[in-house]
Amino acid sequence: MNSNWSRFNIASVILGFAFLYLPIAILVIYSFNESRLVTVWAGFSTKWYGELFRNQGLMDAAWVTARVGLVSATFATILGTTAALALTRYTRFHGRILFSGMVYAPLVMPEVITGLSLLLLFVSIDFGRGFWTVTLAHITFSMCFVAVVVQSRLVSFDRSLEEAAQDLGASPVTTFFQITLPVILPAVISGWMLAFTLSLDDLVIASFTSGPGATTLPMKIYSQVRLGVTPEINAVCTLLIAAVTIGVIITSVLNKSREVRRRRDEQAAYAGR
Amino acid sequence: MKSLGSIRRSFEPWNDPDAKPYIRFDGVTKKFGDFVAVDDLTLHIYHREFFALLGGSGCGKSTLLRMLAGFESTSEGSITLDGENMAGIPPYRRPVNMMFQSYALFPHMSVEKNIAFGLKQDGMARSEIDDRVQSMLKLVKLEQFGKRKPHQLSGGQRQRVALARSIAKRPKVLLLDEPLGALDKKLREETQFELMDLQQDLGLTFVVVTHDQEEAMTMADRIAVMNYGRIIQIATPAEIYEAPNSRFVADFIGDVNIFDGTVVSADPTGTELDIGGGIALRSDNQTNVKAGGKASLVIRPEKIRVSREKPADTANAMSGEMWDIAYLGDMTVYHIKLESGQIVKASSLNAVRIVADPFTYDDRMWVSFDTDGGVILGEE
Ligand SMILES: Nc1ncnc2c1ncn2[C@@H]1O[C@H](COP(=O)(O)OP(=O)(O)OP(=O)(O)O)[C@@H](O)[C@H]1O
Ligand SMILES: [Mg+2]
Repeated sequence: MNSNWSRFNIASVILGFAFLYLPIAILVIYSFNESRLVTVWAGFSTKWYGELFRNQGLMDAAWVTARVGLVSATFATILGTTAALALTRYTRFHGRILFSGMVYAPLVMPEVITGLSLLLLFVSIDFGRGFWTVTLAHITFSMCFVAVVVQSRLVSFDRSLEEAAQDLGASPVTTFFQITLPVILPAVISGWMLAFTLSLDDLVIASFTSGPGATTLPMKIYSQVRLGVTPEINAVCTLLIAAVTIGVIITSVLNKSREVRRRRDEQAAYAGR
Repeated sequence: MKSLGSIRRSFEPWNDPDAKPYIRFDGVTKKFGDFVAVDDLTLHIYHREFFALLGGSGCGKSTLLRMLAGFESTSEGSITLDGENMAGIPPYRRPVNMMFQSYALFPHMSVEKNIAFGLKQDGMARSEIDDRVQSMLKLVKLEQFGKRKPHQLSGGQRQRVALARSIAKRPKVLLLDEPLGALDKKLREETQFELMDLQQDLGLTFVVVTHDQEEAMTMADRIAVMNYGRIIQIATPAEIYEAPNSRFVADFIGDVNIFDGTVVSADPTGTELDIGGGIALRSDNQTNVKAGGKASLVIRPEKIRVSREKPADTANAMSGEMWDIAYLGDMTVYHIKLESGQIVKASSLNAVRIVADPFTYDDRMWVSFDTDGGVILGEE
């Protein structure tokens, strides 16, 4: 009975992971395909990676994406953190419920609508579309995610730390930068990472709000794919996957080792006095 | 121990009409919405006093401290510190430091940085800060722990860091909110005496919140007993214990026996109380009770004697049976059930190691006490 169940479990785990990762594995494998045809394996080669770096269009798009990601993630983090602070701290202003609801709304808003409404806005105020419109659009939707991440940290933040700092003579500004921010920094950093990845991977909103000279990598990939999938595209996707994976691994390793160290220190403290 | 006793006995500014209070709460009310947490409270605390706020959970002790520290505003009334009205002054400009109930140590800073934080805000010179931090660490016996982070310390050590941090700035007033709550009994007693020494040595004014009455009795010059946002009694530990002004205080501080009855006679020589069953109790104490009114005689267990025979010349004696015996090592607490059904608590020191003929359960017993043993409280 027991072993039956565990066999069933193993099977379902394998199935689940296969479902998740098989397409990605195929994409990665075919990025090393010698042949120009995506579906025919013709031996191992890294030539498409070389090709990729000579493809000016793709490289330009990658550069745009990187800039949009960095700028929008940074601004979204600042704005999102501020919003989270306001929403957790000033609990007694009128319409707080409405406001916090409004912060969550963009999370579930269909991207098409977000994109379209931003497009209409930019057109109506005659804002030239390009790098800044994409960036602004990304700030708008990713700051909500940052706000949610930071807010969940702030809920468990011990306000008496801030009171203690003020009690010891620190002004509210000093208190924020020396106490509050350092303590919630991990959440702020994860918020930034989330905003950056969201920006990296957005196609819909960017398509609506982008203009000439500001084609992002997902847009470029999408337009090329419509002309036929090339191993080059597989290569660029593989690189993206690698970048994201490394980021995730680094953060979790950092978290893990910090946690382990903390545990050990705590034990030492209680045992040794 | 130092000769604290003699210093403390002569320290009674509250009895000196010329002494000016250092901290004044005048008619202070604090409301949270409709809920009144502190109710029209007036309280004067003197320079260098060790003052304790005592009361059950939720009676407004922390709120009172937080108003003094500036974290809560007053709804009505005024708070004055050293002649200066504190209204509108933010916490970071008040010459008051607080040791938090939860310690509130900065988790991302080492012990040294925690202690230095307040000094840095004052713009003190680096070398001076280092010296002060070292002397603080020495004071709380944590010299080897300066480089550790708070999470690398045991609970008692954290509490010491919090204490060091709050006194590092030599504030005029130190507020301590349940400072010793997390410590075990032995460490707590040790720290109580350390706090008293510290307060004497630095000449600070301490206001400590606690709901441990023993702690308040040990440390404080005066105690304020609070209930529902009001002060019920302010007095020295001895007065609070020996002459509680109400049933609430009597009940709150230590063990007590309360005999309810009707006043038979009340005159300057004393009060006589009929508690029913043909028993009359006499006390030298006279409060403003009148013959015919209801009143209670309140007496501590250690003032009550227990014997097998009816004692010859005692004003107050009642018979009953031994109901319960609790041996506590240094003393024994007897519970004696009177004929009226009331249980009387009596305690006696175990001065002799082995008693030849100890009392046992169901023995017929007499309890007795002198006329100066208890106090009379009128109806509230
Ligand atoms: N910010 C607040 N909003 C609403 N009610 C509050 C607030 N702070 C305190 N209270 C209420 O005021 C009353 C007094 O609280 P306070 O913290 O002063 O109690 P306390 O005497 O310190 O109790 P304890 O011994 O449990 O610490 C409580 O009933 C509490 O619920
Ligand atoms: Mg409290």
